[in-house]
Amino acid sequence: MNDPDPDKPRTPCSGNCSCSGGSPTPSDPIGNPGGSTRRAVLKGIGATLGVAAYAKALAPLTELTQQTSMDEFLQKHYKELTKEELSAVLERLTRETKEQYGADVTIADPKPREGVKFGYALNLSICNGCRKCAEACHLENNHDRPSHQSYIRVFEMTKGSMDFEKGDVHYDHPVPQPDKYYMPVQCQQCEHPPCVDVCPVEATWKEPDGIVVVDYNWCIGCRYCEAACPYHARRFNWQKPEIAAAEINPDQSYLSNRIRPQGVMEKCTFCLHRTRNGRLPACLEACPTGARVFGDLNDPESEIRWVLANKRVFVLKEELGLKPQFFYFFDE
Amino acid sequence: MSDPSSLDAGAAPVPAKPVPEWRQYVRFLRNALSQSVEGGWKFYVWMTLLTAVFLVGANAWAVQVRDGMAVTAMSDHVSWGLYIANFTFLVGLAAGGVMMVIPAYLYHDEQMHDIVIIGELLAIAAIVMSIMFVVCDLGRPDRFWHMIPGLGKFNFPVSMLTWDVIVLNGYLIINLHICVYLLYKRFRAQAPDPKMYVPAVLLSIVWAISIHTVTAFLYCGLGGRPFWNTALLAPRFLASAFVSGPAFIIVAIQIIRWQTGRMFGEGAIRTLVGIIRVTILVNLLMVVSEVFVEFYTGGSHTSAAKYLYFGLHGHSELVPWIWTALAFTLVAVLLFLQPGVNRRPVILNTACLLAFVGLWIEKGMGMIIPAFIPSTLHEIVEYRPSLTEWKVTAGIWALGLMIYTLLIKITINVHSRKLRDASGARTVDPEDALSIPSEG
Repeated sequence: MNDPDPDKPRTPCSGNCSCSGGSPTPSDPIGNPGGSTRRAVLKGIGATLGVAAYAKALAPLTELTQQTSMDEFLQKHYKELTKEELSAVLERLTRETKEQYGADVTIADPKPREGVKFGYALNLSICNGCRKCAEACHLENNHDRPSHQSYIRVFEMTKGSMDFEKGDVHYDHPVPQPDKYYMPVQCQQCEHPPCVDVCPVEATWKEPDGIVVVDYNWCIGCRYCEAACPYHARRFNWQKPEIAAAEINPDQSYLSNRIRPQGVMEKCTFCLHRTRNGRLPACLEACPTGARVFGDLNDPESEIRWVLANKRVFVLKEELGLKPQFFYFFDE
Repeated sequence: MSDPSSLDAGAAPVPAKPVPEWRQYVRFLRNALSQSVEGGWKFYVWMTLLTAVFLVGANAWAVQVRDGMAVTAMSDHVSWGLYIANFTFLVGLAAGGVMMVIPAYLYHDEQMHDIVIIGELLAIAAIVMSIMFVVCDLGRPDRFWHMIPGLGKFNFPVSMLTWDVIVLNGYLIINLHICVYLLYKRFRAQAPDPKMYVPAVLLSIVWAISIHTVTAFLYCGLGGRPFWNTALLAPRFLASAFVSGPAFIIVAIQIIRWQTGRMFGEGAIRTLVGIIRVTILVNLLMVVSEVFVEFYTGGSHTSAAKYLYFGLHGHSELVPWIWTALAFTLVAVLLFLQPGVNRRPVILNTACLLAFVGLWIEKGMGMIIPAFIPSTLHEIVEYRPSLTEWKVTAGIWALGLMIYTLLIKITINVHSRKLRDASGARTVDPEDALSIPSEG
């Protein structure tokens, strides 16, 4: 390297020296107008280039405004929206779905029904691993098409073991296989959901009817809930969901199956847009074997209560103490 | 100082009226900032290089915000990656700065006291970096305000992440207060009032422990992740922090010495080496202890450790990482234990570098990623950071180094009385370690 000022004694640069200005009077570096002007010009050029580089580097952010409106940015937490504000939000979301996806949809906000507590049970003796439930979830909940996202994962398990390590979700052969059984897993709607506890902004909570929901417009996308969930029930929108207008399910709700924004969490909501209106979850309706039982745990006459009382029932990872409201059972 | 009453001394260039405190303060900040960007060609090359790297990272982040986190290699199975790995390590680095504060203030180590600000400034830079890593990990950074208490919804005290927000920002504020106050007092050539900063210093010691404990609690409180779910996590985090922090500071002292041409900090380095000799062994002991429990017990809880150290069912992405970390740490241990290592710069710096990199891997890639592999339902999806993640990571490290460089530069300028208040004379205190004589 060439020393810019070879005559100078080799003292280390102290920061206020004039080595780049080539000042002949080191005793008074500031008093050298030539050096300081040149330095000022160089600095000006440097600063201009720097600002330009910063602007260029951060330019992709400006393209974001197409996706995020000011109204969305300033939107309050779901629980703090007044009735009027909520209907304005629903209207805006409907409009944005039209603009961004070209589909006419209805986004409602069905409330939990008084005194109802939903529970789900699944009969492992007859589930045949056809994955129709996962497919129905994919369609019903307007999931991203390219990633074949679904809230349900079906494990092909080896008979004689309940160890998921011996299970396989990627099986690709006719079902059922004689030495296997099948175990669909989705959100267990825990009584003590760790995903809710860890959320730093209360973007997810448990509704009175037992369903754990996410305010997709409040979630900051830190994915702490995804790390906390022991059932792999939560999904993140790694990019803006892609879905053709013709394939969009227009029957939507704010807390469930509306098309989620990029960068937020999503999860199974027991199809609350259906179940709160007296219908059954899409995964249940799609099941060809009748393995799925859904109902009100508070209703002593419900089928699910009968299952819990009469079948050999267990919950996944009971030792974690999270009290799932999703039950597995075997026939006698 | 001229007497304020002698208004008739018209010829005197010294302003007779005392300048109000806030104007002095503004002047201090303005001078500090403007002087900090003055320097020789080496300084400009260094800063330009860092700026370039930072801009590459900023651009990668901007693209990530626009196109989504899909540009990272993270997935629903491995939902945290390189960003959170760096975050964890950097919280430790910030806490490690306290290993200068404790000898200086609790054991009245005079030599350490003179340069303790080197550690406090490191804490500031490291906290800024760790917060940036969290922000870059957010899917919706535009909703950051949801986390501001009062404005958004702050899930305190249930969510450990809110505790982390509090302790990290608190630590940043405490250290900023201490550093800025002491520098300002020196700028004014006034003796600092112990009441103004000693309580903060003592608080910062407790707080340093808290930032890394809370960060460990983020992970170890999750029952669904057996790899993290160990009470040893927080002590292990602290022990490793008290290696990486001092290791960084030892090298930083030497670089500052070389740049300023002043010999200082021999005693401080000796103390820090003494600390590392203990902490690096404690950390190693805890790693061995964890490995023993994992492998001797066996069962499905061992899967993550098996995956990390030996690979699982033919998947072994992390194996080279962790063995590199272990090898680096072991060599560092041997080097640090050499007698008189603090007088042999090559060995000392090699040891510091190896320990630093080794812990960066162990606490980052080796601590965060295996908790996700296999997943909670025992699926194995591997993770290798994408180019975007590497760019953003390099960018944040570059910014952190820039911040640290500027803070150190401001400090040296203040100590060398290059920054003067209205009355200050340009003198060099030969007793001051961070003061450098100006030429001429």
